Amino acid sequence: MKEIVRVAAGQGFWGDDLDAPRRQVEGGQIDYLMLDYLAEVTMSILQKQRERDPSLGYARDFVGAMESILPAVLDREVKVVANAGGVNPRACAEAVRSVGAQRRGSKLRIGVVTGDDLLGRLDDLMAQGHALANMETGEALSSVRDRVLSANAYIGSNPIVEALHGGANVVITGRSTDTALTMAPLRHEFGWGAESWDQLAAGIVAGHIIECGAQCSGGNCLYDWKSIPDLANVGYPLVEARADGTFVVTKHPGTGGRVSVPTVSEQLVYEMGDPHSYITPDVIADFTTIRLAQDGENRVLVSGIKGRPATDKLKVSVAYRAGFKAVGTLVYAWPEALEKAQAADRILRERLDRLGLKFDRVLTEFVGANATHGALAGDRHDAPEVQLRFGVRGSDRAAVERFTREIAPLVLNGPPSVTGFAGGRPKVEEIVAYWPALIDKSVVKPKVEIIS
Amino acid sequence: MKIRLLDIAHARSGDKGDTANVGVIALQPRWYDVLEQFVTRSRVADHFRGMIEGDVERYELPNLNALNFLLHGALDGGGTLSLKTDAQGKVYSTALLRMVIDVPDAEAKRLALPAVR
Repeated sequence: MKEIVRVAAGQGFWGDDLDAPRRQVEGGQIDYLMLDYLAEVTMSILQKQRERDPSLGYARDFVGAMESILPAVLDREVKVVANAGGVNPRACAEAVRSVGAQRRGSKLRIGVVTGDDLLGRLDDLMAQGHALANMETGEALSSVRDRVLSANAYIGSNPIVEALHGGANVVITGRSTDTALTMAPLRHEFGWGAESWDQLAAGIVAGHIIECGAQCSGGNCLYDWKSIPDLANVGYPLVEARADGTFVVTKHPGTGGRVSVPTVSEQLVYEMGDPHSYITPDVIADFTTIRLAQDGENRVLVSGIKGRPATDKLKVSVAYRAGFKAVGTLVYAWPEALEKAQAADRILRERLDRLGLKFDRVLTEFVGANATHGALAGDRHDAPEVQLRFGVRGSDRAAVERFTREIAPLVLNGPPSVTGFAGGRPKVEEIVAYWPALIDKSVVKPKVEIIS
Repeated sequence: MKIRLLDIAHARSGDKGDTANVGVIALQPRWYDVLEQFVTRSRVADHFRGMIEGDVERYELPNLNALNFLLHGALDGGGTLSLKTDAQGKVYSTALLRMVIDVPDAEAKRLALPAVR
């Protein structure tokens, strides 16, 4: 057994730095590269792509990433775990295999994890009494069933561990949890049992810390932010884990950013709910037990983590069509920038009323005055400029479309000193909303196959 | 003595549906008790009155010198439904750090808390 296993993060979301995976495998020694591509609404975007072309539906950036790291995977035995499979893990594996095939003597063994996709089973599941009620509102899924685009259970570390045991050097999953991508390699290497609650929880905490990429190594860090060096060359994080469940968060030498107790603390509280119960399919981790200590420059030692048995449910992410929205903006300049923008807002609302347009929601923000901090921002009546930001949302596409024609006229027929309209008319966007639900673990059966 | 949170804490925020979370972390470990004592659930609910529609919950993480607040109904529906600039609650963190708390002078002096400038 290895004494230390190094898992590096190379992607915090689909759209993150394209070069980070390569920099992670070339910048120093690592054993595993984990790549997280899936945010809450990503699955529905991928589902739409698969509807148009059955060979799509996965994070295509991953194929480019694999190309850039192929030498490391084949020659230095770095293993890759990624949830890039989206709603089509097999197609993703095929695309990666053809990248590997370009290299002679390629020994890619691709583990494909499926079984998270519940879309085809949805009606059966509902007929069997699984209400898939919205965790926030309690509403049953039947109320939006005809508008559902995708439905995926968040699956845990088991199938990834199984793929690694089966000799895979690349594991591609669909909607596995972000944290499992880090925890599974540690479980595989250290042989942690399914009831080693503290170690499993430690693996989850390690995953939580690095799953947002550089957000734990100096990116988006408020603490002493001006002193954080060389963000242009920010080092993505990695963990050096031990079998006892302790680990060090660090980054490669010669990279920018910072790994310190404050940078890691900020990431630990990111998107946190009840810290006593960070619920995953494998274990419930208690974030109030985490101990952090600086362990040299750009090294933070994490220890003390406690876990307890998981629940008998899995979270399900359902995406459904939820109407249309559009947001228009105009910029008003000093003097009385805010008053001008407020006048424009009143005029616009009156015109929309006169047109008889009905929306579920109309929201006005004055960027530069109140958009992010509301009334807490205090008096901004002398602002050099204020952006009027006007959004509408509703089920009637035509009404939203009509709204988008009402912004530009204000430039000539509204309050003065207005600019910033060069982007043209606002775009109408179809809203794909997120419906979180729970389902019995027993009905979701992840499958693993190995393609070589 | 009036103390501004920005001078004694840092913070990060994020989202879960229509709920924003704000984790507030003391800049010095010995200042955590001040956060715990004065940055109460009701004080935070007052601070955000008019900005959020639901309740506020508070959790303590003394191990990280941090408090975690859940601000329900903070994101205009959240995710893709939201029309807000800050649809994912990324900057509720600094909005909370605008809060000014009143700490008894003796305690403020003992802990060398920086007064509001």
